[in-house]
Amino acid sequence: MSEAGVQVGVARARAGAVGGVPPTTPTTPAPDEAAVRSALAEVMDPELPMLSVVDLGIVHRVEVDPDAIRVQILPTFIGCPALELIKASIATRLGAFGRPVEVTATFEVPWTSERISPAGRQALLEAGIAPPGGPDSTGIGPGGLIDLEPCVPCPHCGSRRTTLENLFGPTQCRTIRYCTDCRQPFESIKAI
Amino acid sequence: MTAAERSLPATAPAATAPAATELAELLRTMADDEFVIGFSDSEWTGIAPLLEEDVAMSSIAQDELGHAAALYGLLGELTGTDPDALAYDREPADYRHCRLLDHGRGDWAMTIARRYLYDSADVVRLEALAAGTWAPLAELVSKLLREERYHRMHAGAWLDRLARSDGEPRDRLLAALAELAPDAATVFTPLPGEPALREAGILAASMTELETSWRASIAPTFDALDLPMPPPANDPARGRTDHGEPFRWLWAEFTSVRRADPGATW
Repeated sequence: MSEAGVQVGVARARAGAVGGVPPTTPTTPAPDEAAVRSALAEVMDPELPMLSVVDLGIVHRVEVDPDAIRVQILPTFIGCPALELIKASIATRLGAFGRPVEVTATFEVPWTSERISPAGRQALLEAGIAPPGGPDSTGIGPGGLIDLEPCVPCPHCGSRRTTLENLFGPTQCRTIRYCTDCRQPFESIKAI
Repeated sequence: MTAAERSLPATAPAATAPAATELAELLRTMADDEFVIGFSDSEWTGIAPLLEEDVAMSSIAQDELGHAAALYGLLGELTGTDPDALAYDREPADYRHCRLLDHGRGDWAMTIARRYLYDSADVVRLEALAAGTWAPLAELVSKLLREERYHRMHAGAWLDRLARSDGEPRDRLLAALAELAPDAATVFTPLPGEPALREAGILAASMTELETSWRASIAPTFDALDLPMPPPANDPARGRTDHGEPFRWLWAEFTSVRRADPGATW
């Protein structure tokens, strides 16, 4: 891993570039963009390790030019402490193409939970984490009161009789819910 | 994939922003607001009245410190200053957060009252910036609005719960609102640079107009819960200055590691 990869922390979670391989003159032919995207599909999110950065929907742009590979990613949450680690993981993986890699974060378009791919949603379910519901699945009803109506199915038994336990969870992107049928608490990805 | 998606944008350097001086002033107020309320929220980590609220306040604090880091990042690009230095190396008198955030952590009712007043005001301010002409800020604001929605739901649910629970919960909430009242509207302290920011298309309305919008937005809730509406700011000229002892205490806390080992890195 590059030296840049060790700079992880809340205070560091802001947009900036992480360089991969030292800027030597490339001697191998430039990879095509599809090969780079295939490689990105092997880079997993550190907090949701069942999801690649592609399935999470954070890859915004990929550019391969004769001198370098440039990738722009969309932070899931502004203060996501995993951002620097993700940038470093991408730089390390793409470093295999033998040319400089530049990974930057942008808010040019906001990441939303709808960007998680169908395969990503399935992988979350299999890991016991409910994929995000629609924009109104927060569990908060009219007047700001907690809505007890079912809206996010239980990832364990499929029941829709689940309740909101906490809008906030172990990471910024998760909410905690409870299934009244199989009586298991579970995490769901925030609809955002 | 479209051609636009394939090619990287030629983003103009941040330093070329219109009304850069006035923009920096605005960013400093916003970043300091998020930074100070985030640190205040983090004081509940480990001691919140419920385990679930321990998780919630810690997560909200993490969100707010992330928002502050992003805003200090923009301010740093604009002024050529290190964002960490902006966050940690100023004297207490140089912070420009609103006095609403200067009342100390207080009890749970104080925390909820402060969060509700701040979150409801912050969203009005953010909406006035979301269509702004300076893309780095407008893009960040669009993302901020999505995250702040969860904070508003949390504070709104608790405000409702405390206000409707007669006896100690409602009494404590009323006491907190009374203490915060003179500073409740200080998020909208007028900025000297407002005309330039409006001229540049960055800010859609004056702080005075935004305060009117904010009052209209919270009035139905305050009416339904029979809570007293906040009065106008007691001393608008000092709405973001002259921070008192509770802030100096918080400042000493959040700068303690930085001061103990200047220049230390992760």
